[in-house]
Amino acid sequence: MIPAPFTYRRARTVEEAVDLAAEAGDEGKFLAGGHSLLPLMKLRFAVPEVLIDIGRLAELSYIRDEDGHIAVGALTRHHDLEHSALLAAELPLLARAAGAVGDPQVRHRGTIGGSLVHADAASDLPAVGLALDATLVARGPSGSREIAMTDFFRGLFETALEPGELLTEIRIRRPAERGWSFQKFTKRAIDWAIVGVAVQGGRVALVNMDSVPARAGGVERALAAGDGPAAAAAHAAEGTSPVSDINASAAYREHLARVLTARALAEAASRN
Amino acid sequence: MKVAIGVNGRQVEAEVEDRLLLVHFVREVAGLTATNIGCDTTSCGACTVLLDGESVKSCTVLAAQADGCEVTTCEGLTGSDGRWHAVQRGFHAEHGVQCGFCTPGMIMAAVSLLAENPDPTEAQVRAGLEGNICRCTGYHNIVRAVLAAARDGRLPGGGSPAGAADPAEEPA
Repeated sequence: MIPAPFTYRRARTVEEAVDLAAEAGDEGKFLAGGHSLLPLMKLRFAVPEVLIDIGRLAELSYIRDEDGHIAVGALTRHHDLEHSALLAAELPLLARAAGAVGDPQVRHRGTIGGSLVHADAASDLPAVGLALDATLVARGPSGSREIAMTDFFRGLFETALEPGELLTEIRIRRPAERGWSFQKFTKRAIDWAIVGVAVQGGRVALVNMDSVPARAGGVERALAAGDGPAAAAAHAAEGTSPVSDINASAAYREHLARVLTARALAEAASRN
Repeated sequence: MKVAIGVNGRQVEAEVEDRLLLVHFVREVAGLTATNIGCDTTSCGACTVLLDGESVKSCTVLAAQADGCEVTTCEGLTGSDGRWHAVQRGFHAEHGVQCGFCTPGMIMAAVSLLAENPDPTEAQVRAGLEGNICRCTGYHNIVRAVLAAARDGRLPGGGSPAGAADPAEEPA
Protein backbone atom coordinates (compact mmCIF):
# COMPACT_ATOMS: atom_id res chain seq x y z
CA MET A 1 0.00 0.00 0.00
CA ILE A 2 1.28 3.45 -0.85
CA PRO A 3 -0.22 6.84 -0.08
CA ALA A 4 -1.87 8.96 -2.76
CA PRO A 5 0.56 11.45 -4.30
CA PHE A 6 1.38 14.54 -2.25
CA THR A 7 4.00 17.26 -2.11
CA TYR A 8 6.52 16.89 0.70
CA ARG A 9 7.77 20.05 2.40
CA ARG A 10 10.23 20.06 5.27
CA ALA A 11 10.08 22.82 7.87
CA ARG A 12 13.33 24.01 9.44
CA THR A 13 11.73 26.18 12.13
CA VAL A 14 8.37 26.44 13.86
CA GLU A 15 7.79 29.74 12.05
CA GLU A 16 8.45 28.10 8.69
CA ALA A 17 6.10 25.24 9.58
CA VAL A 18 3.29 27.69 10.36
CA ASP A 19 4.02 29.62 7.15
CA LEU A 20 4.00 26.45 5.04
CA ALA A 21 0.70 25.41 6.62
CA ALA A 22 -0.84 28.80 5.84
CA GLU A 23 0.36 28.47 2.26
CA ALA A 24 -1.06 24.95 1.91
CA GLY A 25 -4.43 25.89 3.44
CA ASP A 26 -6.99 23.11 3.78
CA GLU A 27 -4.90 20.70 1.71
CA GLY A 28 -1.94 20.69 4.13
CA LYS A 29 -1.20 18.38 7.05
CA PHE A 30 1.65 18.43 9.54
CA LEU A 31 3.74 15.25 9.64
CA ALA A 32 5.43 14.52 12.98
CA GLY A 33 6.44 10.89 13.60
CA GLY A 34 3.86 9.80 11.05
CA HIS A 35 2.64 6.79 13.00
CA SER A 36 -0.99 7.87 13.00
CA LEU A 37 -1.05 9.83 9.74
CA LEU A 38 0.94 7.59 7.36
CA PRO A 39 -1.16 4.47 8.07
CA LEU A 40 -4.30 6.51 7.36
CA MET A 41 -2.75 7.83 4.14
CA LYS A 42 -1.79 4.33 3.02
CA LEU A 43 -5.43 3.31 3.48
CA ARG A 44 -6.44 6.54 1.63
CA PHE A 45 -8.55 7.59 4.61
CA ALA A 46 -6.41 10.72 4.61
CA VAL A 47 -5.42 12.29 1.29
CA PRO A 48 -3.55 15.53 2.02
CA GLU A 49 -2.03 17.28 -0.99
CA VAL A 50 0.82 18.78 1.01
CA LEU A 51 2.69 17.16 3.89
CA ILE A 52 4.66 19.56 6.07
CA ASP A 53 7.33 17.53 7.84
CA ILE A 54 7.99 18.99 11.28
CA GLY A 55 9.88 15.87 12.40
CA ARG A 56 13.26 17.60 12.53
CA LEU A 57 12.24 20.55 14.67
CA ALA A 58 14.54 19.67 17.57
CA GLU A 59 13.33 22.82 19.31
CA LEU A 60 10.02 20.99 19.96
CA SER A 61 11.58 17.90 21.55
CA TYR A 62 12.20 18.36 25.28
CA ILE A 63 11.00 17.56 28.77
CA ARG A 64 11.67 20.48 31.13
CA ASP A 65 11.14 21.21 34.77
CA GLU A 66 9.61 24.70 34.65
CA ASP A 67 8.39 26.88 37.44
CA GLY A 68 5.39 25.00 38.81
CA HIS A 69 4.89 22.65 35.88
CA ILE A 70 6.54 20.16 33.58
CA ALA A 71 6.79 21.30 29.94
CA VAL A 72 6.87 18.63 27.25
CA GLY A 73 7.66 19.58 23.67
CA ALA A 74 5.03 18.33 21.22
CA LEU A 75 7.63 16.41 19.20
CA THR A 76 8.90 14.42 22.18
CA ARG A 77 8.78 10.75 21.21
CA HIS A 78 7.04 8.07 23.27
CA HIS A 79 10.48 6.46 23.71
CA ASP A 80 11.82 9.64 25.32
CA LEU A 81 8.80 9.98 27.61
CA GLU A 82 9.14 6.34 28.62
CA HIS A 83 12.82 6.75 29.61
CA SER A 84 12.71 10.24 31.14
CA ALA A 85 14.06 10.35 34.71
CA LEU A 86 12.21 13.64 35.26
CA LEU A 87 8.86 12.10 34.26
CA ALA A 88 9.55 8.94 36.27
CA ALA A 89 9.93 11.15 39.33
CA GLU A 90 7.29 13.79 38.65
CA LEU A 91 4.70 12.35 36.25
CA PRO A 92 5.07 8.56 36.34
CA LEU A 93 1.60 8.17 34.79
CA LEU A 94 2.83 9.76 31.55
CA ALA A 95 6.08 7.77 31.48
CA ARG A 96 4.26 4.49 32.12
CA ALA A 97 1.51 5.10 29.57
CA ALA A 98 3.98 6.24 26.88
CA GLY A 99 5.89 2.99 27.42
CA ALA A 100 2.67 1.06 26.74
CA VAL A 101 1.99 2.71 23.36
CA GLY A 102 2.38 0.31 20.43
CA ASP A 103 5.78 -1.35 20.43
CA PRO A 104 9.44 -0.23 20.58
CA GLN A 105 9.57 0.63 16.87
CA VAL A 106 6.41 2.74 17.12
CA ARG A 107 7.76 4.46 20.25
CA HIS A 108 10.96 5.35 18.39
CA ARG A 109 8.90 7.41 15.91
CA GLY A 110 5.55 8.39 17.45
CA THR A 111 5.27 11.67 19.36
CA ILE A 112 3.07 12.92 22.18
CA GLY A 113 1.86 15.86 20.10
CA GLY A 114 1.01 13.65 17.15
CA SER A 115 -0.97 11.33 19.37
CA LEU A 116 -2.93 14.17 20.98
CA VAL A 117 -3.83 16.00 17.77
CA HIS A 118 -4.82 12.73 16.08
CA ALA A 119 -7.47 12.63 18.83
CA ASP A 120 -8.20 8.94 18.55
CA ALA A 121 -10.35 7.92 21.53
CA ALA A 122 -8.67 4.49 21.35
CA SER A 123 -5.19 5.99 21.88
CA ASP A 124 -3.64 6.07 25.33
CA LEU A 125 -2.15 9.54 25.62
CA PRO A 126 -5.36 11.57 25.13
CA ALA A 127 -6.81 9.92 28.25
CA VAL A 128 -3.53 10.49 30.10
CA GLY A 129 -3.56 14.16 29.12
CA LEU A 130 -7.10 14.43 30.49
CA ALA A 131 -6.23 12.68 33.75
CA LEU A 132 -3.26 15.03 34.16
CA ASP A 133 -5.44 18.07 33.30
CA ALA A 134 -2.77 19.29 30.90
CA THR A 135 -2.72 22.62 29.12
CA LEU A 136 -1.81 22.66 25.43
CA VAL A 137 0.08 25.43 23.68
CA ALA A 138 -0.62 25.98 19.98
CA ARG A 139 1.11 28.30 17.51
CA GLY A 140 -0.76 29.77 14.58
CA PRO A 141 -0.31 32.62 12.12
CA SER A 142 -1.50 35.11 14.76
CA GLY A 143 0.66 33.81 17.61
CA SER A 144 0.43 31.34 20.48
CA ARG A 145 -2.51 30.44 22.65
CA GLU A 146 -3.27 28.00 25.44
CA ILE A 147 -6.03 25.40 25.27
CA ALA A 148 -7.24 23.46 28.30
CA MET A 149 -7.16 19.71 27.76
CA THR A 150 -10.84 19.53 28.75
CA ASP A 151 -11.68 21.87 25.81
CA PHE A 152 -9.42 20.15 23.27
CA PHE A 153 -11.36 17.12 22.02
CA ARG A 154 -14.41 18.27 20.08
CA GLY A 155 -15.67 15.26 18.14
CA LEU A 156 -14.59 12.15 16.28
CA PHE A 157 -10.90 12.81 15.39
CA GLU A 158 -11.65 16.50 15.84
CA THR A 159 -9.82 18.97 18.08
CA ALA A 160 -9.98 22.64 19.02
CA LEU A 161 -6.97 23.42 16.81
CA GLU A 162 -7.72 25.89 14.04
CA PRO A 163 -6.58 25.04 10.49
CA GLY A 164 -2.86 25.75 10.26
CA GLU A 165 -2.34 25.78 14.03
CA LEU A 166 0.56 23.71 15.33
CA LEU A 167 0.60 22.11 18.78
CA THR A 168 3.96 23.06 20.28
CA GLU A 169 3.92 22.20 23.98
CA ILE A 170 2.08 20.25 26.65
CA ARG A 171 2.17 21.80 30.14
CA ILE A 172 1.35 19.73 33.17
CA ARG A 173 1.20 21.00 36.72
CA ARG A 174 2.74 18.78 39.38
CA PRO A 175 -0.20 16.72 40.65
CA ALA A 176 -1.34 17.62 44.15
CA GLU A 177 -2.52 14.05 44.65
CA ARG A 178 0.32 11.68 43.80
CA GLY A 179 -1.61 8.41 43.42
CA TRP A 180 -1.71 7.27 39.81
CA SER A 181 -2.46 4.22 37.69
CA PHE A 182 -2.66 3.26 34.04
CA GLN A 183 -4.61 0.15 33.07
CA LYS A 184 -4.88 -1.11 29.52
CA PHE A 185 -6.58 -4.24 28.29
CA THR A 186 -5.45 -5.63 24.94
CA LYS A 187 -5.46 -8.99 23.20
CA ARG A 188 -1.94 -8.49 21.82
CA ALA A 189 0.66 -6.20 23.37
CA ILE A 190 0.82 -3.93 20.31
CA ASP A 191 -2.93 -3.43 19.94
CA TRP A 192 -4.96 -0.39 20.79
CA ALA A 193 -6.66 -0.72 24.16
CA ILE A 194 -10.00 -2.49 24.05
CA VAL A 195 -10.54 -0.34 27.13
CA GLY A 196 -8.04 1.63 29.19
CA VAL A 197 -8.11 3.83 32.28
CA ALA A 198 -5.79 6.62 33.40
CA VAL A 199 -5.98 7.85 36.99
CA GLN A 200 -4.16 10.73 38.66
CA GLY A 201 -5.48 11.53 42.13
CA GLY A 202 -9.21 12.14 41.78
CA ARG A 203 -9.15 12.54 37.99
CA VAL A 204 -10.14 9.53 35.91
CA ALA A 205 -10.16 9.27 32.10
CA LEU A 206 -11.14 6.38 29.87
CA VAL A 207 -9.60 5.00 26.68
CA ASN A 208 -11.91 3.79 23.92
CA MET A 209 -15.24 4.16 25.74
CA ASP A 210 -16.65 6.84 23.43
CA SER A 211 -16.01 8.54 20.11
CA VAL A 212 -14.09 11.25 21.96
CA PRO A 213 -11.48 10.90 24.74
CA ALA A 214 -13.31 11.78 27.94
CA ARG A 215 -13.13 11.92 31.72
CA ALA A 216 -15.25 9.53 33.76
CA GLY A 217 -17.42 12.14 35.47
CA GLY A 218 -19.52 9.69 37.46
CA VAL A 219 -16.43 8.10 38.99
CA GLU A 220 -14.85 11.47 39.79
CA ARG A 221 -18.04 12.72 41.50
CA ALA A 222 -18.31 9.51 43.54
CA LEU A 223 -14.66 9.84 44.65
CA ALA A 224 -15.22 13.48 45.58
CA ALA A 225 -18.25 12.41 47.64
CA GLY A 226 -16.04 10.02 49.60
CA ASP A 227 -16.74 6.70 47.88
CA GLY A 228 -14.01 4.07 47.96
CA PRO A 229 -12.45 2.59 44.80
CA ALA A 230 -14.96 -0.24 44.35
CA ALA A 231 -18.05 1.92 44.85
CA ALA A 232 -16.71 4.73 42.66
CA ALA A 233 -15.68 2.34 39.88
CA ALA A 234 -19.27 1.12 39.58
CA HIS A 235 -19.98 4.46 37.82
CA ALA A 236 -17.26 4.00 35.18
CA ALA A 237 -19.54 3.32 32.22
CA GLU A 238 -22.05 6.07 33.04
CA GLY A 239 -22.58 8.44 30.17
CA THR A 240 -20.30 6.52 27.80
CA SER A 241 -21.26 5.08 24.42
CA PRO A 242 -18.63 2.50 23.50
CA VAL A 243 -18.65 0.79 20.13
CA SER A 244 -19.25 -2.89 19.46
CA ASP A 245 -16.58 -4.26 17.16
CA ILE A 246 -14.55 -7.37 16.41
CA ASN A 247 -12.74 -7.09 19.76
CA ALA A 248 -15.63 -6.55 22.13
CA SER A 249 -19.31 -5.75 22.44
CA ALA A 250 -20.38 -2.47 24.00
CA ALA A 251 -21.63 -4.32 27.08
CA TYR A 252 -18.30 -6.09 27.48
CA ARG A 253 -16.49 -2.74 27.22
CA GLU A 254 -18.77 -1.29 29.90
CA HIS A 255 -17.93 -4.23 32.15
CA LEU A 256 -14.22 -3.83 31.42
CA ALA A 257 -14.37 -0.12 32.21
CA ARG A 258 -15.78 -0.88 35.66
CA VAL A 259 -13.24 -3.66 36.36
CA LEU A 260 -10.22 -1.70 35.13
CA THR A 261 -11.33 1.46 36.93
CA ALA A 262 -11.61 -0.47 40.20
CA ARG A 263 -8.11 -1.83 39.70
CA ALA A 264 -6.76 1.58 38.75
CA LEU A 265 -8.33 3.35 41.73
CA ALA A 266 -7.04 0.69 44.12
CA GLU A 267 -3.55 0.94 42.67
CA ALA A 268 -3.62 4.74 42.74
CA ALA A 269 -4.77 4.68 46.38
CA SER A 270 -1.86 2.37 47.24
CA ARG A 271 0.54 4.94 45.78
CA ASN A 272 -0.81 7.97 47.64
CA MET B 1 12.44 14.84 -4.58
CA LYS B 2 16.12 14.03 -4.33
CA VAL B 3 17.16 12.03 -1.28
CA ALA B 4 20.54 10.88 -0.02
CA ILE B 5 20.34 8.06 2.51
CA GLY B 6 23.23 6.15 3.99
CA VAL B 7 22.42 2.46 3.67
CA ASN B 8 24.80 0.16 5.52
CA GLY B 9 27.54 2.75 5.20
CA ARG B 10 27.01 3.34 1.46
CA GLN B 11 25.53 6.65 0.36
CA VAL B 12 22.51 6.03 -1.89
CA GLU B 13 21.24 9.08 -3.79
CA ALA B 14 18.13 9.00 -5.94
CA GLU B 15 15.32 11.11 -7.32
CA VAL B 16 12.21 9.53 -5.79
CA GLU B 17 8.50 10.19 -5.49
CA ASP B 18 7.67 12.20 -2.38
CA ARG B 19 5.38 9.35 -1.28
CA LEU B 20 8.01 6.59 -1.57
CA LEU B 21 8.16 4.49 1.60
CA LEU B 22 11.53 3.72 3.15
CA VAL B 23 11.01 -0.03 2.76
CA HIS B 24 10.58 0.42 -1.00
CA PHE B 25 13.66 2.64 -1.10
CA VAL B 26 15.68 -0.06 0.65
CA ARG B 27 14.41 -2.91 -1.53
CA GLU B 28 14.01 -1.26 -4.92
CA VAL B 29 16.39 1.69 -4.97
CA ALA B 30 19.22 0.36 -2.78
CA GLY B 31 18.51 -3.17 -4.06
CA LEU B 32 18.67 -4.86 -0.65
CA THR B 33 15.94 -7.45 -0.20
CA ALA B 34 16.61 -8.89 3.27
CA THR B 35 14.04 -6.40 4.58
CA ASN B 36 10.64 -7.99 4.01
CA ILE B 37 7.22 -6.42 3.58
CA GLY B 38 4.79 -8.38 5.71
CA CYS B 39 1.60 -6.74 6.90
CA ASP B 40 2.32 -3.27 5.47
CA THR B 41 0.32 -1.83 8.42
CA THR B 42 2.93 -1.16 11.15
CA SER B 43 1.98 -4.38 12.91
CA CYS B 44 4.23 -7.31 12.04
CA GLY B 45 7.74 -5.86 12.20
CA ALA B 46 9.10 -7.81 9.20
CA CYS B 47 10.28 -4.52 7.66
CA THR B 48 12.21 -3.39 10.76
CA VAL B 49 15.45 -1.55 10.01
CA LEU B 50 17.63 0.75 12.09
CA LEU B 51 17.20 4.47 11.39
CA ASP B 52 20.12 6.32 12.96
CA GLY B 53 20.64 3.28 15.17
CA GLU B 54 17.06 2.77 16.38
CA SER B 55 14.55 0.20 15.21
CA VAL B 56 11.70 1.50 13.04
CA LYS B 57 9.10 -0.12 10.80
CA SER B 58 10.21 0.99 7.36
CA CYS B 59 6.69 0.55 5.90
CA THR B 60 5.64 3.54 8.02
CA VAL B 61 8.49 5.93 7.28
CA LEU B 62 8.84 7.98 4.11
CA ALA B 63 12.15 7.87 2.29
CA ALA B 64 11.93 11.67 2.46
CA GLN B 65 11.90 11.47 6.27
CA ALA B 66 15.10 9.40 6.17
CA ASP B 67 16.88 11.85 3.85
CA GLY B 68 20.33 12.51 5.29
CA CYS B 69 19.99 9.70 7.83
CA GLU B 70 21.76 6.38 8.23
CA VAL B 71 19.80 3.16 7.66
CA THR B 72 21.05 -0.26 8.67
CA THR B 73 19.48 -3.42 7.27
CA CYS B 74 20.20 -7.04 8.08
CA GLU B 75 22.73 -7.11 5.24
CA GLY B 76 24.67 -4.37 7.01
CA LEU B 77 25.29 -6.35 10.18
CA THR B 78 27.93 -8.65 8.76
CA GLY B 79 31.41 -7.20 9.20
CA SER B 80 33.65 -6.40 6.25
CA ASP B 81 35.65 -9.51 7.23
CA GLY B 82 32.53 -11.61 6.72
CA ARG B 83 32.08 -12.20 10.43
CA TRP B 84 28.49 -12.27 11.59
CA HIS B 85 27.04 -9.92 14.20
CA ALA B 86 26.46 -11.39 17.67
CA VAL B 87 22.70 -11.39 17.05
CA GLN B 88 23.12 -13.27 13.77
CA ARG B 89 25.31 -15.82 15.57
CA GLY B 90 22.69 -16.13 18.31
CA PHE B 91 19.90 -16.85 15.81
CA HIS B 92 22.12 -19.46 14.13
CA ALA B 93 23.26 -21.13 17.33
CA GLU B 94 19.79 -21.28 18.92
CA HIS B 95 17.94 -21.91 15.66
CA GLY B 96 15.80 -18.80 16.07
CA VAL B 97 14.32 -19.45 12.63
CA GLN B 98 11.44 -21.44 11.20
CA CYS B 99 10.23 -20.23 7.80
CA GLY B 100 12.59 -17.25 8.06
CA PHE B 101 10.24 -14.53 6.84
CA CYS B 102 10.23 -12.59 10.11
CA THR B 103 13.92 -13.21 10.79
CA PRO B 104 15.54 -10.07 9.34
CA GLY B 105 13.05 -7.86 11.20
CA MET B 106 13.46 -9.88 14.41
CA ILE B 107 17.23 -9.55 14.16
CA MET B 108 17.11 -5.78 13.62
CA ALA B 109 14.63 -5.35 16.50
CA ALA B 110 16.99 -7.42 18.67
CA VAL B 111 20.01 -5.34 17.67
CA SER B 112 18.14 -2.18 18.69
CA LEU B 113 16.96 -3.79 21.93
CA LEU B 114 20.48 -4.86 22.92
CA ALA B 115 21.88 -1.43 22.05
CA GLU B 116 19.47 0.05 24.59
CA ASN B 117 19.73 -2.77 27.13
CA PRO B 118 22.82 -5.00 26.70
CA ASP B 119 21.86 -7.31 29.56
CA PRO B 120 18.11 -7.94 29.28
CA THR B 121 16.09 -10.45 31.26
CA GLU B 122 14.00 -12.94 29.34
CA ALA B 123 10.91 -10.84 30.12
CA GLN B 124 12.65 -7.75 28.76
CA VAL B 125 13.54 -9.59 25.56
CA ARG B 126 9.92 -10.65 25.11
CA ALA B 127 8.70 -7.09 25.73
CA GLY B 128 11.39 -5.73 23.43
CA LEU B 129 10.19 -7.94 20.59
CA GLU B 130 6.51 -7.01 21.02
CA GLY B 131 6.54 -5.28 17.67
CA ASN B 132 7.58 -8.36 15.72
CA ILE B 133 5.28 -11.23 14.85
CA CYS B 134 6.45 -14.74 13.94
CA ARG B 135 3.64 -16.51 12.08
CA CYS B 136 5.32 -19.85 12.75
CA THR B 137 5.03 -18.92 16.46
CA GLY B 138 8.69 -19.81 16.94
CA TYR B 139 9.17 -17.35 19.77
CA HIS B 140 10.97 -19.58 22.29
CA ASN B 141 14.06 -20.05 20.15
CA ILE B 142 14.00 -16.42 19.07
CA VAL B 143 14.10 -15.32 22.71
CA ARG B 144 16.90 -17.82 23.40
CA ALA B 145 18.77 -16.44 20.39
CA VAL B 146 18.60 -12.87 21.69
CA LEU B 147 19.68 -13.93 25.19
CA ALA B 148 22.60 -15.85 23.63
CA ALA B 149 23.53 -12.77 21.62
CA ALA B 150 23.50 -10.68 24.80
CA ARG B 151 25.87 -13.14 26.51
CA ASP B 152 28.02 -13.24 23.38
CA GLY B 153 28.16 -9.45 23.10
CA ARG B 154 29.26 -9.08 26.73
CA LEU B 155 32.41 -11.17 26.20
CA PRO B 156 35.63 -9.17 25.77
CA GLY B 157 35.78 -8.00 22.18
CA GLY B 158 32.24 -9.23 21.57
CA GLY B 159 33.59 -12.60 20.53
CA SER B 160 31.88 -15.96 20.54
CA PRO B 161 31.77 -17.95 23.77
CA ALA B 162 34.62 -20.40 24.11
CA GLY B 163 33.80 -23.68 22.44
CA ALA B 164 30.84 -22.25 20.48
CA ALA B 165 31.02 -22.65 16.75
CA ASP B 166 31.48 -19.44 14.83
CA PRO B 167 29.32 -19.90 11.73
CA ALA B 168 31.49 -17.53 9.74
CA GLU B 169 34.23 -20.12 10.01
CA GLU B 170 32.02 -22.98 8.89
CA PRO B 171 31.97 -24.11 5.29
CA ALA B 172 28.97 -22.77 3.39
